[in-house]
Amino acid sequence: MCDHEVKTNCFEYIDSQMPPVPLELNVNGESIYELIDPAMTLLDFLRVSLKLFGTKEGCREGECGACTVIMNGRAVPSCLILAIEAQGADIITVEGLSKNGELSILQQEFIKEDGLQCGFCTPGMLMSAKALLDRNPNPTVDEVKEAIAGNLCRCTGYKSIINAILSAAKREREALSNG
Amino acid sequence: MDKRQYKYIGKSPDRSEALEKVTGRAAYVHDMELPGMLYAKALHSPYARAKIVSIDVSAAKALPGVKAVLTGEDAPYLVGLYMIDKRIIAKDIVRYQGEVVAAVAATDERIAEEAVSLIKVEYEVLPSVQTIDEALEAKILVHEDINDLEYMKGVFFPQKDSNIASWNKTVRGDVEKAFEESYLVVENEMYLPAAAHTPLETHAAIAEADPYSDRIKIWSSAQSPFAVRQLMAKSFGIAESDIQVIIPYVGGGFGGKAGIHLEPLSALLSKACKGRPVKYKATREEEFNQLPTRAAMRGRIKTGVTKDGKITAMKVYYDWDSGAYADYGVNVGKTAIYSGAGAYEIPNVEIHSRTLYTNKVFSTAYRGFGHLETHWVIERQMDMVAQKLGIDPYDFRMINILGPGKTTVSGEVITESTGSPSDCLKAVAREINWTGYQSEEEREIQRKTGKVRGKGLALLHKAPAMPAFTSTASIIQIDGDGKVKVMIGAIDIGQGANTAMRQIAAEVLDIPLENVEVVWESDTQKNPYDWQTVASKLTFMGGNAVIKAAEDMIKQMKEVAAQVFRCDVSKLSHGDGYIYHVHHPHKKLSYGNLARGYSYENGNAIGGVIIGRGTYIADGLTNLDKETGEGLPALVWTYGAHGVDLEVDLETGDVHILKIASAFDLGQAINKKMIEGQIMGGVLQGIGSALSEGLKFNAEGKLLNPTFTDYKIPSAKDIPDEIVPILIENPQADGPFGARGVGEHPMISVPSVIGNALYDALGINFHKLPLNPENIALAIAAHHTS
Repeated sequence: MCDHEVKTNCFEYIDSQMPPVPLELNVNGESIYELIDPAMTLLDFLRVSLKLFGTKEGCREGECGACTVIMNGRAVPSCLILAIEAQGADIITVEGLSKNGELSILQQEFIKEDGLQCGFCTPGMLMSAKALLDRNPNPTVDEVKEAIAGNLCRCTGYKSIINAILSAAKREREALSNG
Repeated sequence: MDKRQYKYIGKSPDRSEALEKVTGRAAYVHDMELPGMLYAKALHSPYARAKIVSIDVSAAKALPGVKAVLTGEDAPYLVGLYMIDKRIIAKDIVRYQGEVVAAVAATDERIAEEAVSLIKVEYEVLPSVQTIDEALEAKILVHEDINDLEYMKGVFFPQKDSNIASWNKTVRGDVEKAFEESYLVVENEMYLPAAAHTPLETHAAIAEADPYSDRIKIWSSAQSPFAVRQLMAKSFGIAESDIQVIIPYVGGGFGGKAGIHLEPLSALLSKACKGRPVKYKATREEEFNQLPTRAAMRGRIKTGVTKDGKITAMKVYYDWDSGAYADYGVNVGKTAIYSGAGAYEIPNVEIHSRTLYTNKVFSTAYRGFGHLETHWVIERQMDMVAQKLGIDPYDFRMINILGPGKTTVSGEVITESTGSPSDCLKAVAREINWTGYQSEEEREIQRKTGKVRGKGLALLHKAPAMPAFTSTASIIQIDGDGKVKVMIGAIDIGQGANTAMRQIAAEVLDIPLENVEVVWESDTQKNPYDWQTVASKLTFMGGNAVIKAAEDMIKQMKEVAAQVFRCDVSKLSHGDGYIYHVHHPHKKLSYGNLARGYSYENGNAIGGVIIGRGTYIADGLTNLDKETGEGLPALVWTYGAHGVDLEVDLETGDVHILKIASAFDLGQAINKKMIEGQIMGGVLQGIGSALSEGLKFNAEGKLLNPTFTDYKIPSAKDIPDEIVPILIENPQADGPFGARGVGEHPMISVPSVIGNALYDALGINFHKLPLNPENIALAIAAHHTS
C-alpha cells in the first residue's frame, strides 16, 4: 500500500520482461522440471506452479516465517528466495513430512501437545523444527526457541510448540537407539 | 450428572482437525482457486483526510488482463454494523490513510498491482482529526453527515454535530456527594495506543456475484458468516437468503475477522466481471493499515474511598480514539459502561464512554474487546489507590470485590452461580507467594545488582457483549452406523470449539468420541443460524444448543423404541449407543437401528429419519437504560485474576517475566488441553499489548509501523519462563455442564498486572502503554533525577 503519487516512496511492479528459464529441482523426493519466470519467488513457485498450498504466505517480506521450507537441509523463508536460486536443490515442504501414510514423530507430537490452534503458522513451524532436529537431535529449550524465533504464532503462546519439539526430539532419539 | 462420571467432559482429547493442519491439507481461503478466478488489488489513500478531486482510471482499464476497475462512483453503498457509515470504496472524501479509493480485478495479481499503479488520483489535502482532544473539540467533523447516519437505536447514542459516534453512560447513586464524604479521592489519567490483531492469515475473500440475479456466493476468512450475509444484504438492498457465505479453515481471527470486511468489494468486482469469481487477499500492510485495529483509549478516573478501604464512588471518562468508521467500535465503547468499573461493588458510580471518530484506520473488536483497555485503567487505579491508603492492594481488592449478594454497576445481583472472583485472586496470590509490596530499602538492595524483581496482582471480569436477542442453533444427523454429524453456525477459528462441541455431543449421546464429527466447512446454505463467533459465547451458547439437539435426538429415538418394545417412553434409558429398557436391559436397540426408522422382520417400518434440533437464545438480557446504564447486559460473567513475578533490567528497561499465574472461574472445563492453550496464547497476546505493541502515527495521520519489522508481536524468545494456568470450577447453573466461556479472558488485565509489578519493582507508576524498554528506561531515568 504505497503512495502511488510519490514515485520515490513507492513499490511499483515492473515485469522482468525476461524469457522463461528452466528450473530443475527436487521437491519432497520428486524431480521437477519447469520453465519459470526468473522473477518468481520460491514461495510462488511452490504455491502457484506446483499447487503445493501447505506452505503459507503470511507477509511476503521474511518477517513471519509462515512460508518456511527446508532447502538443502536449512530452514529458509521461501518468500525471500527466488525460485531459480533453488536450481538443483532439495526442497522439503510440509507435504513431504509424512511417509507411507504415516505421520512423522514431529507431526504426531504437534497433535499430542496441541502445538497448533488456527494452524496457519504450523507448516512453517514444522519445517523450522525439522531442520533443527535434523542437525541437532538433542536441543535445549533455548536452542528450540532460537530455531523457531523467526516463526510467528499469534495463537498458542509457543509453549505447546516448544514442548512438542522437545518430546519429538526425545522420541526420535529413542527410535534411533532402539532401531 | 455427577462430575466424576463424565466420559468426555473435562478430558483432553486431541484437536479434531489437527491431522489436516499438520499435513498442510487444511485449505484456507488463501489457498483457494476457482475456475476463471480473477485477482483483486486496491489503491489506498496516502492522506488521512482529503478531498478526491479527480480519478483517472483509463490507463489501468487499458492494461491487458484487467477486467474491472471500480471507484467510489461505482459503489454507492454504505455498510456498517451499528452505524451505517462506511463506503465500500471512498467517494469524494477519504477519512484515513489506507482507505480504499479504487479497486482492480485482473487475471493475475501482478497485472492487478500494475493496474493499480496506473490509476491517477488528484487529492486536495484537508486538515484532519488526529487526537482525542481534537475529536472532542469537533472543529472538524470526520463525518459531516453524522446527524443523518442510520444507526442501531436504543443501544448507541451518536451526538449531533460532533465526532462522538456513541456516548454511553452509567449513573448510579450520587458520585459527587460521595466524593465529598470520602476520606480520600484519587485521580489518574491512563492511556493505551491502538493495537493490531495480526492473525497469521490476512483477511481474504472470494466472491462470485451472479450478474443476472441478486445471488452472491462468498468464501471468506470471516468469523461470522451469518453477520456477513445480513450486513451485505442490508448494504446492497437485497435479500439475506440470496447470499451464501462459506467459511473453510480460518487462520486466526481474534475479533478482527468478525463483522464484514473484504466481502462487499470482492462482490462488486465480481459483478463487474460478469460473475467471474474475484479473490481479494489482503497484504500484510493492508492488514495493518486498511483493515481495522483495536482502538487507542484514554481513561480519566477518579475514585473515592473510606479510611478502611471501601470504595464509595468512582467516576470515569473513557474516550476511544476509534478511527474513521464505527464498525464494532461503538460496541467496544458500550462494554465500558457495564464492565468498566472492574469486578467490584461500587455504590456510587458514573461512567461515560465516548467512541470518537478520528482520521485514522478504524477500529473493531479485539479479543475481549473493551476489557483489556478499561482494565488497564481500573486495575492500575486499584493499586494506586491502595498505595495512597497504605493498604495492601490484595486486601484493598478483597474489601471491594464482587461476590454473591453484591450488585454490579448495571444493577445485576451476583449469585453463587455467577462464579467467584475472590477464588481467582486468592489462587494467583498463593501461586506467586504474594506478601505485599516490597519496601524502598528492599528495592535499594536489589538496585545494586542492576536488576530488580517485582510482583503484582490484577483482577478481571468479562461478559459477552452482544445484543439481547442473540441466538444460535445446532443440528445433529445420524447415520445407519450410529455415527453422528453435528452442525453449528459458529466458526472454529483455532480456539478448538468444534472439539469441545464434539465432546459435549458424545457425552450427552453417550457414544464414543470417534462416532461424533462436527462438520467442518461452515456454509450458510446448510448450517443452522448463529449470530456471530465472538464474545467467548460459543462454549456457553453453542454448547447448550448442542446439548438440546442431542437430547432431542435421544427423545426421538426413545419414541420409536417405545413402540417396538410396547412400553412407555419413561421406561427407556440410553447409554453406549443403545436405547434400552431400564428394567429389562436386554431389550435394547442401537442408535444405528433407529437412525432411519425401525424395520420389523416382515419389512414393515416405523419412525423415520432421526434429526436432532437444538436452539439457544440469550436468556433474560435487556438493553441498558440510556441515562443510567441499568439493565441486564451479561449472559455469563467469567472472572479471572493474574499474578506476576518479573524482573526489570535497570539499564536497558527490559522486562523479563519469571512467572505469570492466571486463574479463571470457567465453571467446568470441557477440554483442559485446549483451555490451557487459550490461556497460554491469550496471556502472551496480553504481554504483547503490555510490553511491545502499539500503532504509531505521524502528525499527519500516516501509520508508521504497518509491518512485522516495526510492529513487534512476541516471538518464542519473548515468552515468560513460566505461565501457570489455574482452572477454577464453580459451575454456572445454566451453563453446558456448568461451563462458562474463557477464550478472550486470558488477555485481559495482563498489561495491568505487569504495570502493577513494575511499581513493586521500581516504585514508579506507569500510566501509558506499551511498557517497552524505551519507555521504562526513560521513566527510570526521570525518577532518579527527580
